[in-house]
Amino acid sequence: MATIGQIATRPLRAERHGERSFASIAFLVALWLALAFAVLCLVTLLVTSFVDGVQRLDSNLFTQYSSQVRPETGGARAAIWGTLWVIGLTAVLAIPLGIAAAVYLEEFADPTRWYNRLVEVNLQNLAAVPAIVYGMLTAGLALTIGLRRGVVLAGGIALALLILPVIIITTREALRAVPAEIRQGSLALGATRLKTVWKQSLPSAVPGVATGTILALSRALGEAAPLLLLGAVVFVRFDPDGLMSGFTTMPVQIFNWAGQPQVEFRELAAAAIIVLLGMLLLMNAVAIVIRNRYQRRW
Amino acid sequence: MTSTETTTAPTTRTPAGGGGALADNGARPRVVAQDDNSRYLPDMPIPVIECEGVDIYYGGFRAVHDVSMVYGQNEITAMIGPSGCGKSTVLRCLNRMNDLIPGARVAGRISYRGQDMYGSDVDPIEVRRRIGMVFQKPNPFPKSIYDNIAYGPRVTGMKVESMDDLVEQALRGAALWDEVKDKLKQSAYGLSGGQQQRLCIARTIAVRPEVILMDEPCSALDPIATARIEDLMEDLRKDFTIIIVTHNMQQAARVADRTAFFTAQAAEGTGDRTGQLVEFDLTTKIFSNPADKRTEDYISGRFG
Ligand SMILES: Nc1ncnc2c1ncn2[C@@H]1O[C@H](COP(=O)(O)OP(=O)(O)OP(=O)(O)O)[C@@H](O)[C@H]1O
Ligand SMILES: [Mg+2]
Repeated sequence: MATIGQIATRPLRAERHGERSFASIAFLVALWLALAFAVLCLVTLLVTSFVDGVQRLDSNLFTQYSSQVRPETGGARAAIWGTLWVIGLTAVLAIPLGIAAAVYLEEFADPTRWYNRLVEVNLQNLAAVPAIVYGMLTAGLALTIGLRRGVVLAGGIALALLILPVIIITTREALRAVPAEIRQGSLALGATRLKTVWKQSLPSAVPGVATGTILALSRALGEAAPLLLLGAVVFVRFDPDGLMSGFTTMPVQIFNWAGQPQVEFRELAAAAIIVLLGMLLLMNAVAIVIRNRYQRRW
Repeated sequence: MTSTETTTAPTTRTPAGGGGALADNGARPRVVAQDDNSRYLPDMPIPVIECEGVDIYYGGFRAVHDVSMVYGQNEITAMIGPSGCGKSTVLRCLNRMNDLIPGARVAGRISYRGQDMYGSDVDPIEVRRRIGMVFQKPNPFPKSIYDNIAYGPRVTGMKVESMDDLVEQALRGAALWDEVKDKLKQSAYGLSGGQQQRLCIARTIAVRPEVILMDEPCSALDPIATARIEDLMEDLRKDFTIIIVTHNMQQAARVADRTAFFTAQAAEGTGDRTGQLVEFDLTTKIFSNPADKRTEDYISGRFG
């Protein structure tokens, strides 16, 4: 057996084991390959869209409606406006509802009650339900209350239902990250629970809530299936002017254009993808700005 | 150290189990109710809070059994005892902070100025406004020093003529003003642990409670910060009634007028450890001439 003296005088050179062993290098390489594959796919998508779509990234794209007969000068105007309407409505419906539900579950609900536990379990499942199911749900709802399906209101409801579980879950996580001591400190001063939530828990949770909410909205932004099911029209030649207006959105428009035989439509689709990606980037940038801003407060 | 030695030296500030790392070197003179009669204490305190036959449960588990004691006006009452004997549990019940733990329940009577604190028409918010609490770990809000103090008066809708004056008063009351007066707008997180704890005390006194509960307020602090808080408690006693839980027996002996010793005893059959009050008396009495053998064993370090 080696004595302490022998161990101490041994050189620190790497031998067969440790960071430079074959196994750890192979593992590292595998990790890098996985990352490279993901990045490569993304870059390919970006580059091909850009190459295909860049010459159609002109003012017509933003100012003209889609045209069956003259695709070379058609644009995504209706889809851009439709997207703004539908996502705006989704945000208005889902954000207050989601935050309120999360505040109830995290700050007020008694977890020992069976109905709260039931909500708890279902929430996790709802977040995993495929988007199209929410489209069907909304279609059924519209039928029951006698609403037209292919309107902004129906689209907003479907997308709001889709992202509601995600908003609730991320908001709860953000609230849970606020230390219990902060709440106790507030309550021990004689603040009510409502005041404590309003003045301590929620403000501290803003960065998490904002990030989660905007990422959820980005998901809604890219969603086509539930809207197609609801019957979002494709060759819309007007801007939506209210909740009861017919509409199309960017993903729906892209889906349609990409399926057309003419090469002009495929170029249009590529250009629209660039615009959609731009919108997504913008939203994520907003999320990051909000997060940093509120974290920098201290 | 034996208990005989303890009884022979009741006026030292290391009355029991002394000689350890926490023993005071005697450099700081301190006015404590001891043999020199520097502070007159009646045999019966003027009760602010009273416990009568209090049992406290967490769900089906009885954590504390049959506690009866009074907390006297403008006195410092210490609660000591081994870990898990229910000191924090009792303390939290004194301002209904225990309500926040799902399943927690109180039986028996706890009264504040003669009113049943757990009566059906009592608003726990009102209770906590009169009976403030300082926690083991300093827990300033993620706000400026100023806003930490102003928070309580604002959310409780206190009528305040000048918030600036109130903030200054509270910070002076907690002996923190001179250290922070030039950085009131800075984050409270920039303060040291000891300063943060005094900020928490300032925050508590800003809403003008009558009683301040403290759960091991110095256990996260170094000896110098601890000494400052102990000095502060001496000052605060003039205006407030203070109830402190501490693991540090020297601290109890130094600051407290009266001391309650708790212990936890395993119930026959179930083996559940239920906390109970062993002895409650003047601090001098507890540390010099305890009536109960278990108290004597504990304070002389022969516990367990
Ligand atoms: N939130 C809780 N839920 C369930 N049981 C609890 C809870 N808090 C405390 N207990 C139990 O109540 C008993 C007393 O705990 P308590 O924290 O009051 O002891 P303590 O005397 O303050 O101990 P320490 O000196 O370690 O702080 C313990 O058996 C503990 O396990
Ligand atoms: Mg405790």
